[in-house]
Amino acid sequence: MSVVTHMVEIRGLRKSFGPVEVLKGIDLSVQRGQVICIIGPSGSGKSTLLRCVNLLEEPTAGTIVVDGVELTHPDVDINAARRRLGMVFQQFNLFSHLKVLENLTIAQRRVLKRSKAEAERIARENLAKVGLEGKADSYPSQLSGGQQQRVAIARALSMDPSLMLFDEPTSALDPELVGDVLTVMRQLAQEGMTMLVVTHEMAFARDVADHVVFMDGGVIVEQGPPDQVIGDPQHERTQRFLRRVLDPTHVDVGDARG
Amino acid sequence: MTATTPEAGPAGKPAGRTGLSPRQKQRIGRWIQYAIFLLIVVLVAVFADWGKIHEHFLDGDAARETVPDIFRALGNTVIYTVLAYALGIVVGLVIALMRLSSVGPYRWFGLVFIEIFRGLPALLILILVAFGLPIAFPAFSDPPGGIYTQIALGLGLVGAAYMAETIRAGIQAVPKGQMEAARSLGMSYGRAMLTIVIPQAFRIVIPPLTNELVLLFKDSSLVFVLGVTSSQVELTKFGEQVAVRLADVTPIMVAGTAYLIITIPLGYLVRRLEARQAKAR
Repeated sequence: MSVVTHMVEIRGLRKSFGPVEVLKGIDLSVQRGQVICIIGPSGSGKSTLLRCVNLLEEPTAGTIVVDGVELTHPDVDINAARRRLGMVFQQFNLFSHLKVLENLTIAQRRVLKRSKAEAERIARENLAKVGLEGKADSYPSQLSGGQQQRVAIARALSMDPSLMLFDEPTSALDPELVGDVLTVMRQLAQEGMTMLVVTHEMAFARDVADHVVFMDGGVIVEQGPPDQVIGDPQHERTQRFLRRVLDPTHVDVGDARG
Repeated sequence: MTATTPEAGPAGKPAGRTGLSPRQKQRIGRWIQYAIFLLIVVLVAVFADWGKIHEHFLDGDAARETVPDIFRALGNTVIYTVLAYALGIVVGLVIALMRLSSVGPYRWFGLVFIEIFRGLPALLILILVAFGLPIAFPAFSDPPGGIYTQIALGLGLVGAAYMAETIRAGIQAVPKGQMEAARSLGMSYGRAMLTIVIPQAFRIVIPPLTNELVLLFKDSSLVFVLGVTSSQVELTKFGEQVAVRLADVTPIMVAGTAYLIITIPLGYLVRRLEARQAKAR
């Protein structure tokens, strides 16, 4: 076995939906413990990139290696590979017919074959970590959006992932609930979790990310440390995007992209 | 353009030829409907032979003679319904999954199954099971389980065709994100379907599936074509037999009441479930 240097290694990744090519050759490396934020206008392919990393979307071409396992290999055991990847969705996707605790234990028990007692212990630890130990017996519909998203994070963490993927985790939340979720994510980053985050929260990207990737039109336009990409963007497309995001009331209408 | 404000009045055209306001017209229309309804009731009451009706529909003696044995007939009806329903829901689920499969031949088989068993009358299917199957499959001339197997097959397959479409709709109504979340936690497609999607789908389709139970309960009256013995007789056949023997309609009325004892509470249950679901949305 070769020495694993990178947590994620993406090479020449392409993805088409029918005639539309959404990803046009992406190369990206994530080191262990790194937090990478992917920013960019809607339709830029950033969510598709994230969903390719755990094969919710099947790449058209290219290779993805996560933790030494090539996901794009035809003989890969995708269920086994996904166990090490935690995914957090924009729409939370909690299992609505199960209580919060069961949401956290069902995959531990059915997939990892943990005992009921062990699964519940780990579930309660992770609920405490996201500040929701009191909600174990609630149903998802009884929780606010922010609470649901924190439960979703705890659910992913209960599988002991080595990489966490966040697909616009705060985009479906009311503004006053965004902070709770970002706090949990920031804490996770400080604990050394490797994280790949698609987000529109520029403040979070600036403060927490080790590396920021700006995507537009299916390609990576610019990447680097947040101070550079967000603070001093070099590329014209990045500058225009950040101007529209950071100062939305002062954008000229004629300044639309494309 | 004078600045005077016109007097406030009702909108729309002014009172026409009749000189009636819309409200008055509506009231008159309502009274006409009541009058027609009353007329029909009076006509029915006048032409009915009340003496005969009392004698043959509500005959106390005939009712007393019918009631003891009707419980066995009711029991048989319930057994036939439950057997057919159990087979129907299992086959229906399998067919629904076939319809949603990514494997072409499965989808086509599911579609053909549904079209055949939904398109043919249940009575015809029962006759086929009773007289056709034994010819095609000699083992079916005396099937294990006897008439119970025949009923479960005949009525169950018809029920399965309807339930397959209902369950398929339920599965498709479960948000796609549920499957994605389950898969991203490492579950296989089958595991995710079984533990996450199907339980939610069934919650969605409980009301229509309960309705299907009511329909099967009534369709169990068709098993008379199988030539049942007196100990296997179900409600409708039983009522008819007693009615012929006594030359009286009362046994049919008693059998009808026995159906309603089951179907009315079930109907109430369906409405309750639907109301609860409407609230949960």
